[in-house]
Amino acid sequence: MIKFGLAALLSLTFVIGRATEAQTASPRPRATIDADSALEARTTAVASTLRCPVCQGESIQDSPSELAQQMRAVVRDKLRAGETPEQIKAYFAARYGEWILLEPKMTGLNVVLYVLPVVLILGGLVIVIYLVRKWTRPV
Amino acid sequence: MIGNIAHSALLVSVAVVALGVILTPVAIRGNRREWLQLVYGAVYTNFLLVSIATVSMVVALVTHDFSVSYVAAVGSRSTPLLFTIISLWGALEGSILFWAWVLAMYAAAVVWLHSRRPGDLVPYAAMTLLAVSAFFAILLVGPADPFRPVFPVPADGPGPNTLLQNHILMAVHPPLLYLGYVGMSVPFAFAIGAIISNEATSNEWAQLSRRWMLASWGFLTAAIIAGMWWSYEVLGWGGYWAWDPVENASFLPWLTATAYLHSVMVQERRNMLRLWTLNLCVATFVLTILGTFLTRSGILSSVHAFTTGSIGYYFLGFIGIVLVATLVLVAGHSDRIRTPGKLGGAASRETVFLLNNLFLTAVMLTVLVGTLYPLIAEALRGVKVSVGEPFFNRMTVPAMVALIFLMGVGPSLPWGSTTIADARKRLTLPLIGALIMAVIAIAVGTRSIYAILAFTFVGYAAMGNLREYWNGMRARRKAHGESWPVSLMRLVRGNRRRYGGYVAHIGILFVAIGITASSTFRTEREATLLPGETLTVSGKTVRLKNVWGREEPQRSVIGATLDILAKDGSVTGTLEPRMNFYRVSDQPVPTPDVKSSIKGDLYVNLMAFEANGANATIKVIVEPLVPWIWFGGLVIVIGSIIGMFHGGRRAAVTS
Amino acid sequence: MNWKRSLIALLAAVPVLALFAFGFTRNPAEIPSPLPGRQAPEFTLAVMSPGEGAMARTPGDTLRLADLAGKVVVVNFWASWCLPCRTEHAALSETARHYSGTPTQFVGVLYNDEPAAGLRWIAEMGGMAYPGVTDVESRTAIDYGLYGVPETFIIDPSGRVAHKHLGPITAEVLRRVIDSVLVTMAPGDTTAKSKAG
Repeated sequence: MIKFGLAALLSLTFVIGRATEAQTASPRPRATIDADSALEARTTAVASTLRCPVCQGESIQDSPSELAQQMRAVVRDKLRAGETPEQIKAYFAARYGEWILLEPKMTGLNVVLYVLPVVLILGGLVIVIYLVRKWTRPV
Repeated sequence: MIGNIAHSALLVSVAVVALGVILTPVAIRGNRREWLQLVYGAVYTNFLLVSIATVSMVVALVTHDFSVSYVAAVGSRSTPLLFTIISLWGALEGSILFWAWVLAMYAAAVVWLHSRRPGDLVPYAAMTLLAVSAFFAILLVGPADPFRPVFPVPADGPGPNTLLQNHILMAVHPPLLYLGYVGMSVPFAFAIGAIISNEATSNEWAQLSRRWMLASWGFLTAAIIAGMWWSYEVLGWGGYWAWDPVENASFLPWLTATAYLHSVMVQERRNMLRLWTLNLCVATFVLTILGTFLTRSGILSSVHAFTTGSIGYYFLGFIGIVLVATLVLVAGHSDRIRTPGKLGGAASRETVFLLNNLFLTAVMLTVLVGTLYPLIAEALRGVKVSVGEPFFNRMTVPAMVALIFLMGVGPSLPWGSTTIADARKRLTLPLIGALIMAVIAIAVGTRSIYAILAFTFVGYAAMGNLREYWNGMRARRKAHGESWPVSLMRLVRGNRRRYGGYVAHIGILFVAIGITASSTFRTEREATLLPGETLTVSGKTVRLKNVWGREEPQRSVIGATLDILAKDGSVTGTLEPRMNFYRVSDQPVPTPDVKSSIKGDLYVNLMAFEANGANATIKVIVEPLVPWIWFGGLVIVIGSIIGMFHGGRRAAVTS
Repeated sequence: MNWKRSLIALLAAVPVLALFAFGFTRNPAEIPSPLPGRQAPEFTLAVMSPGEGAMARTPGDTLRLADLAGKVVVVNFWASWCLPCRTEHAALSETARHYSGTPTQFVGVLYNDEPAAGLRWIAEMGGMAYPGVTDVESRTAIDYGLYGVPETFIIDPSGRVAHKHLGPITAEVLRRVIDSVLVTMAPGDTTAKSKAG
């Protein structure tokens, strides 16, 4: 019971937050994103791998929510300060948990997730080659 | 009142389908085949009863009969009529009712078209469809009953989910999806019928099921593309595919169905891969049920998830029964169904189909495991993880690029065998197309290796498929002296399956180009503009004219009007992105505006605005070739229609 | 029928069904925070409203977590547009007054809101017993892995997060956690080690 109540609550706070922000015209800084397009591209790349905490499965790059925008600003500032994408992802994972990474870390059990498709294709190729050889052998 | 009638109809339908399921084996085993007429009668009666319930629901919705629980939950007097009608499938209970109705319709159509066929295949297929219907009928009188009486009767309701009443594609995408999803029960029913009736050792069941699968595949493809379009038009981030669990759920059966449509050709022509084809057929159905389970049980978080209730447990039980029943049946009979393989040569179309099946199956399993992995990780590691777009793109794009290549190789190689020299000759010509596309891709600045390969292989496959038309038409012109259009028409009519398939390939290539280009060259910028200020994104300039508000019966609309400026500063068009505030929800629904051309889209979304209209935050996205995806979807549908209405069945011949 | 093969195939269905059954016991919307037990992220935030008594701070000054070492710190994220924040406000203020004089400091961090709106809200709610601070661009909220408001963090004297509470907090929870952290401190020793949790 409690867990469902909590989820509903969280979504409620978010919903109300957004609506109010929109109605009272979230005073977003008028300064447009700075002209450094290389930094912008790197920000987009990193932001696309981080999950928006107040949305459903969207990345902070795609989400229009206020928090996602602010998290993008954090990403941009950290990149500008010279941090690597890996360091930035580690920062967010330490604060929000592994859940925030849209691409799981390649460690432990997660390795299976990355190895499986490769094994499927390579193993499948071996089987196809074996079958074709077997089936084309003159009887 | 109307709720009582509908509920009674559904209760009777539970009894009728149960009777039909029990009667089938009794009639066949007991050698009382005349009783089969009762089974078929049960199929028609079920269709009639569920139709009564469905029509009742539409009437209840339209007349705002809030004494019906579903109407009280999704109806509203201020919702426009069209959206009132289509809210039939907008929420859980209604969507189950709609599902049951489409299934009943398919079952009736199967009996109508095939019941005169001798043998036990069709009766057992009808039994299978009735058994699946029984599950949905039980849901409808139990946990998903949409006709519960409400007392006291409310004066008005909240209206449908705001995201779902904001766009007209809501009238298109769900029905297509159900027609595709539910239609895949029919080939499954034939597969199960074939096993029980011992007809799985012949190819006839495959010929029956193939056409139904092709129709369902066409519907599902159209539904997926329409769904992409819908999310592109309403979600406001300029994307059309996010690898969300529910999106994946629609993609999984599409992959196995596509594999099936290719392997079934090998089965029919070469009398091999019979067990494999049957497995794909069964897997496709299981994946549709799995997808529905994931959408409706709430065990994975998703944008599209329905509200949940005890219905998830019913679905789990149903998946359990389906899995156990089909695994026991298929595995138990696999020795008899399996056929020895025989190939004329390695350089043959059959080999390409094996590879096509391998890649499609590998993508399916990758997406399936990726979708379920958050659950697996929590069960085994106790940690919440996410598996999202970056993972799926990284792991599936290589295989999908390989599939585009195979789409060019397959049609270029003959059935049976050919010499290496001939194969080389056949595979060389499409290289011209590949080269042209590669040069274009690099010239326009493509740098990602997979994007370059995708463009290149699209060129290869386009050339490979178009050559088949060219060769066929040329041969006809030589032999019969026909004009080009006549030769094209007669060529297609002569072998609809084959040439319809090539049309579907061309459609897929359009989709592939659209997806590759729009994801590679997408540029976006966001800025807060005062009226009169402009924003330029990769050569496209828009100027904010004004911010306005408008009251409508069911919502308030805030919009921004922007002029599109040409290079010389003249106005070439206007865009009106809006934010819709529905009475029932505090959350505004973004309504981006898109200006499309053959070259691509100018996509503008209103992100925020000052209440006095002083400024507006606008996001501008320039996405090349997006309309090619929608156009490709149309071509695929045309291809599957051509392929569906082919003439008499073809015997297993070698060419 | 080859029953042996059927049985083997059947076994393949078991883990899949077990996985789904397991799914019903979990809520995908409930994400545990990694912060409890770890060092609380540092913050330096501008005071916008003073608070009362021993916990009061001067508006315009900055409030730093580092300066609060040795105290139990209760960090509450809130906003004027957040309905559940209204529910918990009385419990927070009363509990703050109750612990006034002990080595305890309450801080209210305004999340995604205008300071003016926050001040209006405080006046409307009949005051706030502890200082309110502003969080420009939500940097501190993101540092604390915030999902929404309200969320409350209780930090022990050594600077570690002892507890994170999602949604409106109650006086009972606050007292239980604060007391459990306070007892680990030896009397008079404000820098005592404490166990997290």
